[in-house]
Amino acid sequence: MSEGRARRRPASFFPSVMRVALAALSILAAAPAAAEELAERVAPCLACHGATGQSETPEVPSLGAQTAPYALIQLYLFREKQRVFDIMNEAAKGLSDDDLRSVSDFIAKLPAPRPPEDGADDARLERGRALVQRNHCNVCHRADLSGQENVPRIAAQREDYLVKTLRDYKSRARSGYDASMAEVLQPVADNEIPDLAYVIARWPGAK
Amino acid sequence: MKASCRSFVLAGTVGLLLSAGPVAAQQSPASPAPAAKTDAPGAMVNPNATINSVLKDAPQNPAAQKLAPVAPPPIPTAADKLPVTKLQAPKDFKIEVFASGMANARSLRIGDKGTVFVGSRLVDKVYAITDRNGKREAKPLVTGLYRPNGLAYHKGTLYIAELSQISKIDDVENHLNDSPKPQVIYSDLPKDEPHGWKFLTVGPDERLYFNIGAPCNICMPPETNAQLRSIKLDGSDPQVVARGIRQVVGMDWSPVTKQLYFTENQRDWLSEDIPQDKLNRLLHPGKDNFGFPYCHQGDIPDPEFGWGHSCDEFTKPVALLGPHSAPLGMRFYTGHMFPAEYRNQIFIARHGSWNKTKKIGGDIVVATLNKDGTVKSVKPFITGFIANNNYLGRPADLEFMKDGSMLISDDFNGAVYRVTYAPSRSSPQVSEKR
Repeated sequence: MSEGRARRRPASFFPSVMRVALAALSILAAAPAAAEELAERVAPCLACHGATGQSETPEVPSLGAQTAPYALIQLYLFREKQRVFDIMNEAAKGLSDDDLRSVSDFIAKLPAPRPPEDGADDARLERGRALVQRNHCNVCHRADLSGQENVPRIAAQREDYLVKTLRDYKSRARSGYDASMAEVLQPVADNEIPDLAYVIARWPGAK
Repeated sequence: MKASCRSFVLAGTVGLLLSAGPVAAQQSPASPAPAAKTDAPGAMVNPNATINSVLKDAPQNPAAQKLAPVAPPPIPTAADKLPVTKLQAPKDFKIEVFASGMANARSLRIGDKGTVFVGSRLVDKVYAITDRNGKREAKPLVTGLYRPNGLAYHKGTLYIAELSQISKIDDVENHLNDSPKPQVIYSDLPKDEPHGWKFLTVGPDERLYFNIGAPCNICMPPETNAQLRSIKLDGSDPQVVARGIRQVVGMDWSPVTKQLYFTENQRDWLSEDIPQDKLNRLLHPGKDNFGFPYCHQGDIPDPEFGWGHSCDEFTKPVALLGPHSAPLGMRFYTGHMFPAEYRNQIFIARHGSWNKTKKIGGDIVVATLNKDGTVKSVKPFITGFIANNNYLGRPADLEFMKDGSMLISDDFNGAVYRVTYAPSRSSPQVSEKR
């Protein structure tokens, strides 16, 4: 099987569970029937992202109280494959502009995620707080890291997702909608990223 | 719920192994960029670059914390929701929607047959607006591009400047429907994201001119950056045209002197009211240095990099265009529709500020020139893109149609407007009496 053929991913190569999952996603792409509740349509999203706005799935972000403009931008990028991640590209495929708007508005109304209630490591928090200050995360993302407009809420985001995202921005594996994060991450050393993610995941309590 | 997600993610992982494709690239930072894009978003970083964050010098201050770059929505505004009735123009000028539905519409160029080409920065498209038997149609001409902000049209060929390469489509107006693949002519360019998007223009010497921005808000840029560069139309013979330039998103050639004029966006976070963005004129090609990072707006030494330098070492701007106002596209008016007083003057689209509490810009201004090419005055022409300190739209570029009317792109709403002039009989323009 050549790589080119593999990229086309013929359905027969999919494990059956993948087909089931994709079928669930196709609910999203279906024409919106008037009676269909938005909550039903986003159920497949919430299976991974968490029904209460809080994700309990590794490397899958919490969506609760995310800013609607940021959510809309990401859904658009997934639909257009400008941000490449197969599951999300499939999920957003065929969604209309109005669908993208309704889903982002829905996401924005979910409750904000809560920081983990573990015994926080004070030394790491201290290092993390200094990094937040030095790199001015609290400027665009606001002092409580709740975000604004196109700048996302990052407070109490999953730590593993933050680590992955920061590394992807720094390496430019994720280019972002505009250039801001690629630029912001340049002065951040790779070994600083875990502490940065640690404190942001525990914000604002850790502030 | 949790169980179904685990199996779902697992399934996704198996799918990934089979596809061995783009997602794997995203998960492994060292891998090349997704195949959908024509260019890796900066796989190579100049190791010598002194890159600082856009937020360098941002104060820890509650008012400053409210400021962030404004990103337009990725979905264009519906034609009937465009703010065209909120815009104000001088008497007897009319503004209407020319075309809509083009997310992030930026640079404008017009072909010999009247096709309007529209670049973008945040989406992957160059659009073409065509007019067939009175029916206007806007649709993507090329997709899968990476920050295709710069466009130039010359003798049938469309040139496209992406973040780190320049390509062309020959005989473009005869290939509007068969998805032409641009042919790369030049790619010896840095891949920096900050100020990596380009403006493109063809000079009277039939060379392509473009900017390579500073890869930062304020920093000591590498040799390859903070400059204007030119190449021949086939991509050969690169030459540095000017240095010390932070970022340019608009250039045009004087129809009188053939000199190059360009807008330049100055640094952020120095203060609410300084420095002002600039209108520059290239006087000595290959020699001029416009001061970045040592000197801003022609007379303010940088608090960090300015030590040991004087602003007098650098070429001065011909006009100051307001702090953080973000002047982008600019064109000389050579048409005949507008009153004579506008002929050979410069129209400039001010995109509008983000690094300022009370927004300014969000308008089209006109710079009136003296005979020696210096600027006599800068006055508002079209206003109203800002209301209650919010953007209703943001003008990014402008271009003139053959009939002398003006097109304005609005990258916030994904639309293009047209400005026409028709003097009312009761009040002939003063300029026409002269």
